[in-house]
Amino acid sequence: MKKVAIIGAGNSKFGNRNDVNVSELAFESVKPSLEDAELRARDIEYLALGTTGAGALYEEILPAVVVAEYCGFTEAGLIRCEAACASGSAAFFTAYSAIASGKVDLAIALGVEKMRQVDTSTTMEWMGRAGYYFWEFHNFGLTFPAYYALYANAHMAKYGTTEEDLALVAVKNHKYGLKNPIAHLQKEITLDDVMSSMVIASPLKLLDCCPITDGSASLILASEERVRDLGIDTPVWVAGIGYSSGTANLSRRQDYVGLEASVLAARRACRAAGITIDHIDLAEVHDCFTIAEIIAYEDIGLCKKGEGARLIREGQTEIGGKIPVNIDGGLKAKGHPIGTTGCSMIYELTKQLREEADERSRQVPLRKYVGLAHNVGGTGHYCYVTILKR
Amino acid sequence: MASMPSIKSREIRIAPEVPINRTLRFWEGLDEGRVYASKCKGCGQLRFPPVADCPSCLSQEIEWVDISGEAEIETFTHVVAKPESFKQDRAYTIAIGKLKEGVKVLAWLVGFKMTDVKIGMKARLTARTTPEGTSTYQFVPP
Ligand SMILES: [Zn+2]
Repeated sequence: MKKVAIIGAGNSKFGNRNDVNVSELAFESVKPSLEDAELRARDIEYLALGTTGAGALYEEILPAVVVAEYCGFTEAGLIRCEAACASGSAAFFTAYSAIASGKVDLAIALGVEKMRQVDTSTTMEWMGRAGYYFWEFHNFGLTFPAYYALYANAHMAKYGTTEEDLALVAVKNHKYGLKNPIAHLQKEITLDDVMSSMVIASPLKLLDCCPITDGSASLILASEERVRDLGIDTPVWVAGIGYSSGTANLSRRQDYVGLEASVLAARRACRAAGITIDHIDLAEVHDCFTIAEIIAYEDIGLCKKGEGARLIREGQTEIGGKIPVNIDGGLKAKGHPIGTTGCSMIYELTKQLREEADERSRQVPLRKYVGLAHNVGGTGHYCYVTILKR
Repeated sequence: MASMPSIKSREIRIAPEVPINRTLRFWEGLDEGRVYASKCKGCGQLRFPPVADCPSCLSQEIEWVDISGEAEIETFTHVVAKPESFKQDRAYTIAIGKLKEGVKVLAWLVGFKMTDVKIGMKARLTARTTPEGTSTYQFVPP
């Protein structure tokens, strides 16, 4: 297998982006990523697009074709990847594999999502269907927050995690979101703000939930030969990728206190990278809801099972703590444009590993120059973990 | 939604007809007030929701088992913010319960005071026909 590096990265402003259509939004991240790599669109041999809202949340049903034409990639190999909220990581894995296998030397992983062209309850409907529609949505109307609320109540009952612990995750991620110019929610919040916000699906309240966000992120990948030929000075290498999946029916899961897909994906990613979890300098984890971040700490091995709440209480996942997590604001404050998120996590890691964080106070001190992105699709239906090393 | 200048796309209505031919006995059972699980004739595995094909032993022969309905609640949530197609419903409680037979079921939980709903409590799974005539199942007090 060939070594693969990220040589260009771009991220659009996240938020309510009804000022642009899906192609224009994609262009906003493609342009800086190509400029970063000093390449033109026609140099790229393969494009993998992560997006989930095609034909449902936004109007185009073949978005890869539409976006590729708009951004100048026509004639490149082309695919749309769907792994729910992990579609961006699935696109990244696809582009990585095209190079690692020796098929191509330059590829792009692109994530784009438009979630705000329809009303909120329609978005809730589509997201709620993102599990097993027939058995768990059709008669029972699960929503995306409700899926994670089932995990939150079980985790609280088993480990004594409290609603305040969950709220602390939101407070932390908003604190960093405020320092990230691309973040959707640029506002510091207090524990009280979270606790007094409206209940969405008990015990999750409005401020436990990520916002409904539009955005795109783009990564240019190159083979080792091409990195050398192009004279790239700070390539960020793909050290290892791990992946797994969980049952469609939540009722077929063993328990509701962790996501088995995350445990397996993280273990496989570490093995592929030849590291143990304590080697990483920072992590991006999938905090679509506050409980998801606490569960992720445990599932990927930042702490023992049941001790996730302690990590947030002690501030261990802030800069200066044991392991900084979601220093870009996370899905919670930066926003979660479903199919974009994986690419945006990897964008953040790339910037951090190159020590180019837009605001210096947001730069994580690096020892081993290793970062990890944990991206869950659905409710542990899919999981991709990507480890990068400068 | 758009506050910026925009053009509304053409509307499309989508309501696929989902085949239930191979699990028909399950749906008929609900109308008769019974909840069935499927049991594989090849390897004996009991499954809920029921399946017509066995992913373990690849057998395509199953029998229907009338389940007791005795359940213990493993987790739940009260859904306040509802999806578009449930807008007319009142806030509802979704629970996952483990049946005495070992399989788990996700369904609405009704008939309890909201503050009384606890993980570990007992409930009973029953068949239900909605006012609109939909066959389904729910957890009720034991
Ligand atoms: Zn079998």
